[in-house]
Amino acid sequence: MASLAPILETRDLTVRFGGHVAVDGVTCSFEPGTLTAIVGPNGAGKTTYFNLISGQLRATAGAVLFKGEDVTALTPDRRARLGMGRAFQLTNLFPNLSVFENVRLAAQARRGGRLDLLSMASSHRDLADKANDYLARVSLTEKASFAAASLSHGDQRKLEVALLIALEPDIFMFDEPTAGMSVDEAPVILDLIEAIKSQRRKTVLLVEHKMDVVRRLADRVIVLHNGRLVADGEPAAVVASPIVQEAYLGVRQTGAAHV
Amino acid sequence: MTRPSLLGRLISEDYPRNRVLAGLLIIAFVGLALAPFLFPGTRPLSVATRICIFILLAASYDVVLGYTGIVSFGHAMFFGFGAYGVAIMLARGWVGWDAMAIGLAAALALSAAVAALIGLISLRVKAIFFSMMTLAVASFALILATQMRDLTGGEDGLTFRLPPALMPSFRLVAEPLFGVRIDGRILTYYLIFGTSLAFFLLLLRIVNSPFGRVLQAIRENEFRAEALGFSVVLHRTLAGVIGACVATIAGALLAIALRYNGPAASMSFEIMVDSILLMAVIGGMGTLYGPLIGAVLIVLAQYYLQPGMEILSSALSGFPVLPALFHPDRWLLWLGVLFVTIVYFFPSGVVGRLRALSASRPARSA
Repeated sequence: MASLAPILETRDLTVRFGGHVAVDGVTCSFEPGTLTAIVGPNGAGKTTYFNLISGQLRATAGAVLFKGEDVTALTPDRRARLGMGRAFQLTNLFPNLSVFENVRLAAQARRGGRLDLLSMASSHRDLADKANDYLARVSLTEKASFAAASLSHGDQRKLEVALLIALEPDIFMFDEPTAGMSVDEAPVILDLIEAIKSQRRKTVLLVEHKMDVVRRLADRVIVLHNGRLVADGEPAAVVASPIVQEAYLGVRQTGAAHV
Repeated sequence: MTRPSLLGRLISEDYPRNRVLAGLLIIAFVGLALAPFLFPGTRPLSVATRICIFILLAASYDVVLGYTGIVSFGHAMFFGFGAYGVAIMLARGWVGWDAMAIGLAAALALSAAVAALIGLISLRVKAIFFSMMTLAVASFALILATQMRDLTGGEDGLTFRLPPALMPSFRLVAEPLFGVRIDGRILTYYLIFGTSLAFFLLLLRIVNSPFGRVLQAIRENEFRAEALGFSVVLHRTLAGVIGACVATIAGALLAIALRYNGPAASMSFEIMVDSILLMAVIGGMGTLYGPLIGAVLIVLAQYYLQPGMEILSSALSGFPVLPALFHPDRWLLWLGVLFVTIVYFFPSGVVGRLRALSASRPARSA
């Protein structure tokens, strides 16, 4: 696997907010078909690193390369169209649209194509079928006609994930997908991520606090601390390394508290 | 899934979803379609004409404000462009359909260009500052229209003749039809009614198209729409251009109806606030049927509240205070009370309220 060209690379990726360096010279590459967990204490820069990769934030220095192409200057929508998909840590939906319409929009975004002003959206059965299929996979079928804003927190998290998988990207970026979910809700999401991973065709980046989840899913773990990449390797080795024990100890305890 | 009916396809399957609303829409449609026969006379016909024009104008604003969430105060400017496009051509003495078409085409080109420019400005200028920008651009256009007297006639505006078929003296058939003479005024009315109806249905299709769904997504969560891969700038700009062009067409219809155009008639801030904005807000934004109902209500109030109060005031002549309270001179006060009441009790507008009442599901669209 090491021989494959990386699908995603960050080179010296840096972002500064005034004097604070939130992400500090992170160089890392991700091979296709792998699942990499990104761990680190709160404030380590994990979500900021994601924002730089998917384009919500502009880098102060460094570069992001996707499929060998420099995408550092591209807007988030351009990156999404190239195949970079992102789910958000804080739920980020279309609140007054129905659950079904939320997913249908993602399927429509996936299909892309020319602007279509003159056909009825409801006449595109393929998009509706896809949306229903993805809703079934996150077990939200019964709530398809509800407004997204009326869902419980756990269901909103599921919908967030459904939007990402309906986008069918080449690289999936999950930002704490099971945060705040109940014990019986989380497995639906984790099974989905495992299914994506087991196809070995898609690349997954996963920010996750829960160590049991990391051990179950990750091929590789990278550790961010104060915006720097401090460890990188096999899950077992990284978690056992002294630098992680020191940097990560506090969060590991809180992580264990809500497992 | 069966193929929708012809009516379903005409209204792009955007059904009223409430019996009262369906009833109101049918009454409005039949009333306007048969207005010259149901309500003979000059005044009712000009009321019906104004309703048709403002339905189209308010609906075009709803695409921008209600569907896309762009708060623009410059919409009356595009209405004015359309009215001036026709007026300037015809007032030069070149009276013909070709002159009207050229004037409208030039106005459409100007509107599209200005709307596209405003759309690009929205890249840099956000939220309230963007709204202020649209206000500034509209003020500038209004000042130009007032100052460039040679072209626009200044404050006085322009009066002109229409092609013969649209003038009151024209007779389509010698014999009256159902007791109504089919003259140029009636032909003008049906030209306006037909154009309004056609473009209203076009807007209904656009907001229910895949493009229209993206507009709603942008209104709901611009950030997420972008993360899904939709170009927010492209969609916002195109929505603005469509709204502007349809407002321009409504403006051309106004000039045809009045055989006159001036700054107060089409471009003023009274038009922007008292008509366009209120119609969309009172009727219910983001529904298209809302601005339609709003336009009917407000135009009727503008024409008939004052005479109605006169009747009420004289009927109450025996009582103390009341006749003075309902004196026709107070009509603006009561119009204001009416608006505040509606906005207070129906924050989602008449249509939003009606749909919420009969909604079996809480979502805004399918």
